[in-house]
Amino acid sequence: MNPPPTPRPFDAHPEHDPTSPVSIHALTVAYHRKPVLWDVDLDVHAGRLVAIVGPNGAGKSTLIRACLGLIPAATGAVRFWGEPYRAQRQRIGYVPQRDEVDWDFPVSALDVAAMGRYAKIGWFRRVSRAHKDAARDCLDRVGMLEYADRQIAQLSGGQQQRVFLARALAQEADLYFMDEPLAGVDAATERAIVALLRDLRDAGKTVVCVHHDLQTIEKYFDDVIMLNMRVVATGAVGEVFTPDNLRATYGGRLTTLDRAGHAIGSQGA
Amino acid sequence: MTALAPIADAPWRELFDALTLQRGYTATVVTLGTTVLGAAGGLVGSFAMLRKRALMADTLAHASLPGVAAAFLVAVALGASGKSLAILLPGAAITGVLGVLLVHALTRTGRIRPDAAMAVVLSVMFGLGIVLLSVIQKSDSGQQAGLSTFIYGQTAAMSRSDVLVIAIAAGVAAVLIGLVLKELAYASFDQSHARVTGIPVDRLDLLLMALVVLVTVVALQAVGLVLAVAILVIPPVSARLWTNRLRRMLALSVLFGALGGYGGSVASTVLERLPAGSVIVLVSGCIFAMSLILAPNRGLVAAACRSARLRFEMARDHTLRAIYELADRAGDPWVPAASLATQRGASPGRTRTLARVLAFTGHVERHADRVRLTDRGTAEARRVTRNHRLWEQYLLTYADVAPSHVDISADHAEHALGADIVDLLEHALASRGALPERLPDHTELEGADA
Repeated sequence: MNPPPTPRPFDAHPEHDPTSPVSIHALTVAYHRKPVLWDVDLDVHAGRLVAIVGPNGAGKSTLIRACLGLIPAATGAVRFWGEPYRAQRQRIGYVPQRDEVDWDFPVSALDVAAMGRYAKIGWFRRVSRAHKDAARDCLDRVGMLEYADRQIAQLSGGQQQRVFLARALAQEADLYFMDEPLAGVDAATERAIVALLRDLRDAGKTVVCVHHDLQTIEKYFDDVIMLNMRVVATGAVGEVFTPDNLRATYGGRLTTLDRAGHAIGSQGA
Repeated sequence: MTALAPIADAPWRELFDALTLQRGYTATVVTLGTTVLGAAGGLVGSFAMLRKRALMADTLAHASLPGVAAAFLVAVALGASGKSLAILLPGAAITGVLGVLLVHALTRTGRIRPDAAMAVVLSVMFGLGIVLLSVIQKSDSGQQAGLSTFIYGQTAAMSRSDVLVIAIAAGVAAVLIGLVLKELAYASFDQSHARVTGIPVDRLDLLLMALVVLVTVVALQAVGLVLAVAILVIPPVSARLWTNRLRRMLALSVLFGALGGYGGSVASTVLERLPAGSVIVLVSGCIFAMSLILAPNRGLVAAACRSARLRFEMARDHTLRAIYELADRAGDPWVPAASLATQRGASPGRTRTLARVLAFTGHVERHADRVRLTDRGTAEARRVTRNHRLWEQYLLTYADVAPSHVDISADHAEHALGADIVDLLEHALASRGALPERLPDHTELEGADA
C-alpha cells in the first residue's frame, strides 16, 4: 500500500543529508523570469573532487553562485552539512572566475591572499603578522611566494588564478567552490592547481569545480555533475560520464525545457 | 651683501603672505576650510573611485539643487531665514540621495545602462532646480539673492562655523574609513568573494554613499555643485598614477586634495576676483596633469622611455644577430654595412646609426663601410642568437601548445627571456632531441664574458 504522493514543501527539507557537504533540493533560479536552473536536486559527497560540466549557458556558474547565496533562488534550498549557508560560512571557500574583478586594483598578491583571512581577523583590526604569515604560506603552496609583493596587474593570467587559489586556501575551509580554476592557465599552472586540488581532497576536503575541458574530466575528477539547466546525471565519473549522458547534456537541438524557457523569457521582455 | 634681500616686490609679498596665511582673518579661514575640504574629498573620493562610483558624486551634486530651492521655499513659508545653511544643506542632501536612488532604480529595470541613467537623472534634476530657482527669483520674499551661489560656489563667503562643519565632516569621514578600511577595500576589489565570506557589502556601499553625500553637500558652498565632483575624483585619480599600494594611494590622494584646496584658495586671494572654487579645481587639474606626465611607471614620460628603450634594445639585438649570422655564413668577420641593412630589412640610414651606437658601446668595430663584432659584441650576439634559435625551435616543436600558452608575444619574446626560461627551453628541446643546429655555445659565451 503506497502512501499518496504529497507535494514537496520548499522550506522543510527532510531529504537534506546532514553528512553531505552540499545538499541541493528543488533549486530553481531565474534571471528576469528566464529560468537558468530547473529543479536541481543533488548531494555532493564529502572528500571528493567534483566537476560541474555542461555547455555554455547551462547554469554551471549560476549553480555555484546560487549555492553561495550570491543570486537568489526562485525556489528550493541548499544546505551545507545540513545547515543553511550562514551557519557554515566559515567552512566554505570560494574561487570566483578571474574576470570578475578589477585586476588593476592597487593591492599586492599578498594583500589578496590575506583577504581570505578577513573573516577570521574580524572588524576594526589590522592584519596581524600571524595572519600575514598564514597568507604567505598559502602563496607558497601555490608557488607564488616570490610574487607576494607584486601588484596584481603585473601577474600573468595563470599567476592571478593562483593568487585566487591562495586566497581560498587562506579561508581554511572544508568545502571549496571554484568557478573554472583551470580556465586560460598555462600547462604548468594547470598541473600545479590539479596537484593542489588532490592535496585538498586527500586532506578530507571537498572541492566542487566548474570545468570546461571534457578531455581531462576522467583524469582529474572523482565525481561529475552533468548540467544543462537541469541535472542530466550525477555520480562517480566512471559510472555517469558516458557518451549517452554527454549527448543528453550537450545535445545540439534545443530541449523542450530550453524552448519553455525562451517562451517564458520573451513574454517577460 | 650681508643679508638675504627682503621680499620687496609687492606681488611676491602678497603671495608669501597668502601662502603663510597672513592675509587677514577671512582669507585664513577660507584657506583652512578649502584645505580640509580637499583632504576629505581626496579620502572619500578614493573609495568612490575604487568602487567605480566616481560619477555618483556628480549625480548627487546636480540633484541637490532642487533640494536647496525647495528647502528655501519651505523655510520662507515657515517664516524662517531662507538662507540658513542648517536648512539648505539637509534639503540638498535629500534630493541628492533621491537622485542617486533614482539612478539605481532606473538601472535595475534593465532597460537603461547606468551611464545613461545617470545622465538622465542628473540633467533632469538640475533642470528642475533651475526652474525652482527662477520661481524663487520672481517671488518677493526679499532674501532670495545669493541662492544661485550654490551652482558655482562662493568660497569667499566661508565663515568660521562653515570651516568647523567641514572639519567635523572630514573627521567623521576619516574615523569611519579608518575603522572599516580593510573591509571597504575588500568589497571594492571583489564584492562576490567579500559577500561570500560574510562582509556586508551593501551596508558598506551605503556607508560610502553617506560619506560621499556628506563631502559633496559640504563642498556645495565652497566649489559649487557643478564642480563638487572634481574634489572627489581628481585627487584619487592623480594619486593612483603614483603608486600601486592602497594606503600610499589614500595618503597621496588626501595630500593632493589638500594641496588643491590650499593652492586654489591662495591663488584666488592673490589674483583678485577669481572665484576660489574654480581655481581649486584648476590647481587639482594641474596636479593631475603633472602626475599623468611625470609619475614613475604609470606616467606618460616613463611609458615613452620604456617603449623607446625596448625598441632600441630590440633593434640592437637584431643588428648584433644579423652581423653574427652574416659573418658566420661568409666566414669573414668583416660584414658590409649594406648587406646588414638588406638582412634586417631596415633602412641603410637606421642601420648606420645603430652601427655607430654599437661602436660607441664597444660591441662592434667599424672600418670603412664594414663592421666587425668585438669580443664583447660576439658574446652578446651569441646570447641573442642562442635565445632566438631556441625560441624559434621551441615554437616549431611545441607549436600546438606554445603560442597560446605563453604570455609574451612571440615577436618580443626573445628579448624578454630570462636565463631560467632559456634553460627550461633548452632542456625541453634536448629531451625531445630537437635542439637547433649550430647553436652558439653557452660555455664559450661565459668565457667571453670573463
